[in-house]
Amino acid sequence: MTGWWSFLAIFKRELLGYFATPLAFIFIVIFLMLSGIFTFYLGDFYQRGQADLQSFFTFHPWLYLILVPAIAMRLWAEERRSGTIELIMTLPVSRWIWVAGKFAAGWVFIGLNLLLTFPMWLTVNYLGSPDNGVILAGYLGSWLMAGGFLAISCCMSALSKSQVIAFVMSLLVCFLFTMSGYTMVLDVFYGWAPLWMIDAIASISFLNHFDSITKGVISLQDILYFVSVIVAWLTANTLLIALNKAE
Amino acid sequence: MIRVEQLSKHFADVTAVDKLDLQVGEGEVLGFLGPNGAGKSTTMKMLTGFLSPCSGKVSICGHDIEKQRLEAQKIIGYLPEGAPSYGDMTVKQFLDFIAAIRGFRGVDKTRKVAEAVEKVSLQGVLGRSVETLSKGFKRRVGLAQAILHDPKVLILDEPTDGLDPNQKQHVRELIQNLSRDKIVIISTHILEEVTAVCTRAVIIADGKLCSDGSPEQLLAQSRYHNAVNFHLAEPCDSLALLGGIDGVAEVEISECGRRIVVLAQRGQFIYPQVDDFIRQRALVIDSISVERGRLDEVFQRITRLQEQKQEAVR
Repeated sequence: MTGWWSFLAIFKRELLGYFATPLAFIFIVIFLMLSGIFTFYLGDFYQRGQADLQSFFTFHPWLYLILVPAIAMRLWAEERRSGTIELIMTLPVSRWIWVAGKFAAGWVFIGLNLLLTFPMWLTVNYLGSPDNGVILAGYLGSWLMAGGFLAISCCMSALSKSQVIAFVMSLLVCFLFTMSGYTMVLDVFYGWAPLWMIDAIASISFLNHFDSITKGVISLQDILYFVSVIVAWLTANTLLIALNKAE
Repeated sequence: MIRVEQLSKHFADVTAVDKLDLQVGEGEVLGFLGPNGAGKSTTMKMLTGFLSPCSGKVSICGHDIEKQRLEAQKIIGYLPEGAPSYGDMTVKQFLDFIAAIRGFRGVDKTRKVAEAVEKVSLQGVLGRSVETLSKGFKRRVGLAQAILHDPKVLILDEPTDGLDPNQKQHVRELIQNLSRDKIVIISTHILEEVTAVCTRAVIIADGKLCSDGSPEQLLAQSRYHNAVNFHLAEPCDSLALLGGIDGVAEVEISECGRRIVVLAQRGQFIYPQVDDFIRQRALVIDSISVERGRLDEVFQRITRLQEQKQEAVR
């Protein structure tokens, strides 16, 4: 029970931490602007003439690729740089509660960003009559995928004292996870690698799992995929903190 | 009771703490002394469960710090070196956060925070963010955080570093008021602190325990223990005769022959003889006192000896 209260305290602190500086607001503005630009200019929202948010969701992986590492980079790197890691690791709270609390705060912050894109939903409902179930699925899938990006970025943040290094490392790993489903990457393996290996590489891609969700197909498999990505990276995060907290 | 057995910690090829044995009982205020890099902070980090030892055991009131880390940490209050805290939070937010993490809620939490704030006099800055505070206030925020849950064991890494004399005095009083049934461990560079607050002083150098005893015992090891120190109004030329007095080890003369320190042989009390000497020659003196000993001199001797030993091994 104490663990739950500690989790809440950590969650609250981290979430408010985003709003302690104007950073959160700048962030929200950038998120909304970019998602608008992607949807209307790159996604040909109007030209497609379809009442759905496909062109909105398609660009989310790329949006997250840049923005999520930026949200997560301070989470652990800053604790280590300022020395507060010593304070928090000597409080009677399990390490995984810290990891979960920080992750949850970041995830909710991203969720808030997503919620604030509601004018997009209003627009498409005003212009036509879309299948709102599919849109809801898209939002859920997007949030789940953001969780995957965030878990990777949290873990990378625990690697270094420097937020910049944390950001670059997160970007790199997230990029690999996104790209692994693209033919561009898979082409490298075709011809010599066994089929099961190519399938395995393709199946760890965020894109493949995200695509089917945005089309309105929420399969248990895709949800499980994102949940296990999150759990795996957060477990690695916990181990990393236990290992190299002193350096 | 804190038990430390054969505690060791290595970083790459550096040995920070080398087979340290230590026991600290209730009511003790242990001063942890040593040169920079002697392993004080590393030891404290292992006592609080922040670092895992390479070998050896730490037990805090019966809780093994490795196997029952959370149980042990519940009864420890710790002020890390430099008193780190979250700069973006206000003092009130920060202490509320620590209290919440420690499992206090509602009225209980409010009371605990208020008590800690009062003990370290933070009332005036509750609404200010920690990063805008002066060094002294930041240190006090760190102290408040450490004593908030009324811990059985208090571990303070350089609690008075960077404070002005008034603040130092305040912190010392705080520690003295706290410590009746608690275990307090303080690391410090400031030797006067040891005689002011500690009931026991431990010196470590190169990760090894070099000396362990009460501050009085430590002072008794000084060359200056029981030395008579006086200042003459007029210089005098018969001072060499002081060396002939029974029990006198050495005479140090400075300030153009006016400041005289008469060192006693070990275990001798020479004040009466020196007093007689002064009276017989009708010397005019401004001041006279018997020294308890000089800690800095003892500290230097002990730590240098350890360094020499270490050199010899290499």
